Amino acid sequence: MTAKTRTTSPGDSASLVGLASLDGLLASKEIAVFCGPGGVGKTTTAAAAALMAAAKHGGKVLVLTVDPAKRLANALGLSGIGNTETKISKAAFEAAGISGRGELWAAMLDTKQSWDDLIKRHAPDEEVKERILSNPLYQNISGHFVQSHDYIAMERLYEIHTEGDFDLIVVDTPPTRNAIDFLEAPERMSDFFSSRLLRWLIAPYRSKFINFASRPFYQVADRILGTQFLGDISEFFILFQSMYEGFAERAEAVSKLIQDSRTTFLVVSTLETFPIKEAEFFVDALLERNLSLGAIILNKVLPDYFRSTKAISAAEQLDKQFDKLANELLGKMSGAGKDGAGVLGGLNANGDLSRVFKEVGESFLNFSVVAKKEAEQAKELALSSEITVKIPFFDTDIYDLAGLAKLGRSMWS
Amino acid sequence: MSDLLERKLVFITGKGGVGKTTVSAALALLAAQKGKKVLVCEVDAKGDLASFFEVDELVFKERQVSAGLWAMSMDTEASLREYLKLFLKIPLVGRIGPLAKAFDFVATAAPGVKEILIVGKFCWEVKENSYDMVIVDAAATGHIVGQLAAPQAINNLVKVGLIRSQTDWMLDILSDPSKTGLCIVATPEEMPIAETLELVNAMGEQTTVDLIAVIVNKVLPELFTKREEDIFESLCVAKAIKALNELLDGDVTSVLEGASLAVKMRRSRTSHLKRLRQELPEQYPIYYLPYMFRRTEGLRATHQIVTALSEELGI
Repeated sequence: MTAKTRTTSPGDSASLVGLASLDGLLASKEIAVFCGPGGVGKTTTAAAAALMAAAKHGGKVLVLTVDPAKRLANALGLSGIGNTETKISKAAFEAAGISGRGELWAAMLDTKQSWDDLIKRHAPDEEVKERILSNPLYQNISGHFVQSHDYIAMERLYEIHTEGDFDLIVVDTPPTRNAIDFLEAPERMSDFFSSRLLRWLIAPYRSKFINFASRPFYQVADRILGTQFLGDISEFFILFQSMYEGFAERAEAVSKLIQDSRTTFLVVSTLETFPIKEAEFFVDALLERNLSLGAIILNKVLPDYFRSTKAISAAEQLDKQFDKLANELLGKMSGAGKDGAGVLGGLNANGDLSRVFKEVGESFLNFSVVAKKEAEQAKELALSSEITVKIPFFDTDIYDLAGLAKLGRSMWS
Repeated sequence: MSDLLERKLVFITGKGGVGKTTVSAALALLAAQKGKKVLVCEVDAKGDLASFFEVDELVFKERQVSAGLWAMSMDTEASLREYLKLFLKIPLVGRIGPLAKAFDFVATAAPGVKEILIVGKFCWEVKENSYDMVIVDAAATGHIVGQLAAPQAINNLVKVGLIRSQTDWMLDILSDPSKTGLCIVATPEEMPIAETLELVNAMGEQTTVDLIAVIVNKVLPELFTKREEDIFESLCVAKAIKALNELLDGDVTSVLEGASLAVKMRRSRTSHLKRLRQELPEQYPIYYLPYMFRRTEGLRATHQIVTALSEELGI
């Protein structure tokens, strides 16, 4: 099962069904989840893809982001007050040189707010709601719940999708300790609430009798945590139990949505050793769960010329014969008249020019090695999906709509 | 000897992908080479640390990986087991199974519990003085504050009981700048630098752990001086390229383009480094480690970073 998609060679059947590009993929799907290791540019590529989809396909496109860089957040009109969907103005769109058909919207994930909303929705009555929201343990947990980010991201996605306001929702996944955590988050959440252990844990606080079997546990727990703290935890869980059914149903629905054929996953990675390994691991995890792997997006790919034998040969000559070449060039240029020589002629640049040649050659060869190594490392990953998008190394940071458009166009072609 | 090697307990954090594990492995090896007895531990069990020493997968039980150097991988359940054995004298492994599960549960709900089992293990090693130095390849920037603030948070929540007294001595160790410190690894890019600066603030506000230094990894070499850059630019005109193409065999245009890309990359990175130096309070040193064009994993990479690090620290 694991190797199902991996063995598909790129391009063969793909062209027939018209899904060979990111363009086609995003035209056909309703939800695109951008995932992969940390620090590879998930947020930026997700935003750029959403922008392109809005511009090219029209309709309403939302990018739901988790933790954007400040400047990017500003560009998207996200001032830090999260959770509400904000439209990027037509004027800003046009100012960035994008003549789009559709609308781009952005929203940021506010974990705490989303948890509160969830409690409000599922609490059986006003009293339980208030008690949970004011519980100090809950306040602590809603911010830091292990996997709470992961679950909430999927939950919000479900919420927005159910409202039916967007043609395409592009999701940027939270940085997790383990890239696959969020895939399992809904399942884990529902396990959590249905667990026998949970019931066992809170049992003594429901009745006066402590089950004989569980007594040793409470004795130990009491000694470690103190009765009061354990009591607090239990109260919290008892309150939560009253919302079990709502939560479990919801988690189930979220699970279903990410498995739906209208949802696709895009794995983003750079070509460095460790991100590539993590991305491969992630691809396997998707396939194992029968989730749709839509595309591999390779970010910050060095230009192909770093691997061209002709260029490498020129660099080698510069690296080795820098002195000779510098002298020869100076000779040639001094005969070429004043306009061609420029600084070269103006300076008695012999020593300097040699050093420049040496540096240029050496630097090129250094990057050549990186480019070769990275191309080799990315081979297998690139083969795992019908669509592989290569994004070149941009020499400037991307922090505005124009930058996103530039990035987007390079992904689209 | 640098302050970085003076502490007993050093946490190393940074945004994902910046090279936390590389730096942890190199710092540990360097300290061991300087004659210290060192324990290095990976917290996010991805299994990368082992590859930097070319050893089999690391487990909770520490294992010697080279002279003076021991390595382990964090496992909260094993840590709990050790804790129960040490403090509650519960050696009954058979009964611990469900107990550990139940604890996993409580730990999932009350965030501090899991974190305290992690941080507690390291504090314990420091308290017992079993090593001269404990180096922790810790959680990423997003999680480290939660981890290091856990003992304090638990200390506030739990008023009595064993945990309470435990967190007291943990806090003593963590809050002592002569014993414990944090090192943030970054790369000269926008997000890692921004996160570093945010973390420095958050650490001060939410924890009592001292910041030692920021280590910037993957710094590209400076290609040209200003004068050389002018010369380079005058090379990139059609006439000069043509002349150069006649002089040598191959594709000169691409080589010049490549150099130009390298210059621009270096330049945009320099602006982020400037921001770091401007906004990071002066008392914290910044150390720089070079971008490695060839090996980025394995013992070879570790050795090269050790060399660079010891030069940078002046030892």
